[in-house]
Parts: sequence; C-alpha cells; structure tokens
Amino acid sequence: MKFVDEFREPEIISRVVAEIRRLADPKRHYRFMEVCGGHTHAIYRFGLTDLLPENIELVHGTGCPVCVLPMGRIDDALELTSDPKVVFAAFGDMMRVPGAAWSPLAWKARGADIRIIYSPADALKMAEKNPDRHIVFFAIGFETTAPSTALTLVRAREKGIQNFSVFSNHVTILPAIRAILDSPDMRIDAFLGPGHVSTVIGCKPYEWIAQREKKPIVVTGFEPLDILQSIAMLLRQLQGQLQGEDAKVENQYTRVVPWDGNRAALRAIAQVFELRPYFEWRGMGFISQSALRIEEEFAAWDTERRFAIRGVRVTDPKAAQCGEVLKGVLNPAQCKLFANECTPEQPVGALMVSSEGSCAGYYNYEHRKTLYSDCCSSVRCVP
Amino acid sequence: MCLAIPAKVVQLFAIEESRALVEVAGVRRQVDLGLLTDDLPSVGEWVLVHVGFAMSKMSEEQALDQLRLLRSLGEEEAAVAEVEGYAVDEAATG
Repeated sequence: MKFVDEFREPEIISRVVAEIRRLADPKRHYRFMEVCGGHTHAIYRFGLTDLLPENIELVHGTGCPVCVLPMGRIDDALELTSDPKVVFAAFGDMMRVPGAAWSPLAWKARGADIRIIYSPADALKMAEKNPDRHIVFFAIGFETTAPSTALTLVRAREKGIQNFSVFSNHVTILPAIRAILDSPDMRIDAFLGPGHVSTVIGCKPYEWIAQREKKPIVVTGFEPLDILQSIAMLLRQLQGQLQGEDAKVENQYTRVVPWDGNRAALRAIAQVFELRPYFEWRGMGFISQSALRIEEEFAAWDTERRFAIRGVRVTDPKAAQCGEVLKGVLNPAQCKLFANECTPEQPVGALMVSSEGSCAGYYNYEHRKTLYSDCCSSVRCVP
Repeated sequence: MCLAIPAKVVQLFAIEESRALVEVAGVRRQVDLGLLTDDLPSVGEWVLVHVGFAMSKMSEEQALDQLRLLRSLGEEEAAVAEVEGYAVDEAATG
C-alpha cells in the first residue's frame, strides 16, 4: 500500500483495505456514489482511490451546494445591490462563483456593497447596527446550514428587525438523490451517505433508498478510515443481497450522527421554510420539491417577496457534461471540456466551481498528478 | 461554509440562554446554542459548530479527532479564520 504509512492507525487501514479486496468480486464493477462534497474532498486529498481495487469506482455526487447553484441566482442577487440601501452579505465560498458575467467579488470591485460574513447571525447583527441599510443575507447550503438560517429569521422576528431579509437558496439532499436514481442512465450500485447533513436529518429519511430502490447506503464520517470502513460495509451488503438479504441504511458515523437527527434543528427548518414546487440545480436541471423557500409567516424577511427579482436564467454551455459526471456515466476527465476550457481558475461547468466539486477535486489531485508524473518518478509531486 | 468546527464551551450567558462563549485554537467567540435546546451543553463540553451555530455535542476525544482531521485536510486555517470572522459581541465577550 503506497500511502498507508501517512495515515493514523496504518495497521487498521491496511486491514480494512485487505477486507475490501477480499469482499470485492473481481468479475464485477462497482460504482459507489459519495453524496457529500466533503467526502469528495477527503477522498481526493487522502488519495483513497489509490487504495481501492480498480473495479471499485467512486462517483462524486451532488453534495456541493455552491456547485449546484444556478448562475442566474447570483445575477439576481447582484442586481439587488443596484439599490444603494442594500448590503449583500454572503459566505466567502460564494465570492468567486461566477454569474453570467460577474462574480460577487468582481461586482464588489466595481463598487457594490458586498460583505463576507461567516454566520447568518452576523448578517442580522449588521442589520441592527445599520438601521438605515437593508441587509440581504445570501443563504445557501443543505440541511446543515438551513437550521441556522431558520433560527436567524426567528431571532429577527423576535427582535422586530425590519431591515434584514434572506435570499434563500437552500436545497435538500434527498430529491437530488432521487433524481439521480430516476435517471435512465444511472449506474450507481450503492451510496456513501452524507455525514453532517445527517446530524440534522438523521438516518431514517434514507430508508426508501434501501427499501424501494434496493440500494445499500451507509452514513459515513470524514476520516480515511471512516470512508474505507463504509466501503467495506457497502460491499458486505451487496454480497448479502446476492444471498437474498435486503439492502439497508447503516450508520458508520454513530459518534456524531444520531439515528433520529437533531429535532430542534428540524423544528427550526419546519417553522421557517416550506418546499418550493421545483428548483433548478446546475448540471441537473429542475428537480421538484428540492429546495426551501420562506414560509408566508416570515414573508417580511423574504428577499424574494420584498424585492422584485427578475429570475434570471443562465444555461450552462451545451458542451459541459456535468450531468453525466454527476450520474457516474462519465468520470470528470471524460468530459470534453475538462482541463481544456474548464479549469478551477476558469470554471465553465458546475462541478469545477468549488474545491468540493468533483471536477475541481479531480483536477487538483488526479489531473495535476498526471501532468507532473512524467518529470520524475514521484506521483505525489503536486504543485 | 461547509466546515464543521469543534469548539469548547467556556462560558454560558444567564441572560441570553441561547448563546455561549466558545474557544477554538485560542480564539474566543460567541456561538448560538439554539439548535441544541433539547440537550444544552455545559461549560467544559465540546460542540461541533457550523456557520456560528452549535449543531451537536461531542466528546473531547472526538473534538480532538475532528481538529486533527481538519489539519490533515488542510482546512485548519480556514476553520480558525471562520471563527475569527464571527462578529465579536463586545457587551458579553469582554
């Protein structure tokens, strides 16, 4: 094993890798999707695919909220700043993400009042301190960040703060998994379930994936050992299925994820948000009931109700094959644009946008590795 | 935004029940405990923080594991920068 020595508990890692090799049927090709962008990052960073037999392919899923945000939403948000009262507050991750023409960072350089914040609570605080301005919080993320946005709105109402609103781009993970499973060219055998999303929603909401779709799913932590152990658990389930056992939801990340999730966080989401009938996902198109908008009760704090939003639609270039990569039909390097027109510096497609996107990860770790491996024997030679 | 940051609770506020002062790598900031109302942490306990809100409680061992993981993922600096970025509340932090 090439890099095992670099890990903590190298003996246990070696043992799990041996177990994976024993469990994997050499006549079969396995495609496991890790849904969460954090897992994608860890898999590339730790070079975990190098430890796996060649017939186990990890398909990098939809779980990067920055990647799946349609460009038009950024344009809509940037347009709001033409009102001199508006301050646009966003997480740093959003600043370099391009809309049709501008990223928030470039728009800020042209004079718009755009500020980086690290917590929605700080956007609310900004509103309290600047009563003559209107603070728009650009909310983004899966069920991990939605409860924090929700609670911030509850606090805004409690304090009667009027000059604050939320431009909600929150999405939910399950409809995206369903869209992947429903697509006719889907080739996924099993799933590594998201870690931090599951601290909120728990493990129960995944049961239909096992029961109806007969796909094993294991909620997984972010250590190399967690990911490898979960792969072994998926292989064991797939083997069991051949003997007539049912697929099931398993929780490998019990030290952080309770089976029932975080009820207070779920209550906050339910109090403030409702499902949109449909929402566009970059690279995947429109998915029904896949995103959260603000409930009528909190209409006074809903940017989309308080301001006229144009609803800009920006389509990705046809040549970008993000959808196929997401579904595991292509790996990132098989897309026509990969590393030519589409790079992390100049992203064309969704999955190149953030460091947790599958194409950006592939580019930064795998592609650069092939670029530099010709010059000397060290495959770890990465700039 | 997707960082999960382990933080130690160093002070709870009597007036504002839902807030706590936490410490991450020597940096002290306030976080919101409103998502842990079913099982509030005590001083000395560890919590996992996302965007300024504590999302779950964890043991010290798990917290140190998580810190080490952030370091090996090259995300430790980003995590500390995020915590430093949480607005300082002069009144209560002092």
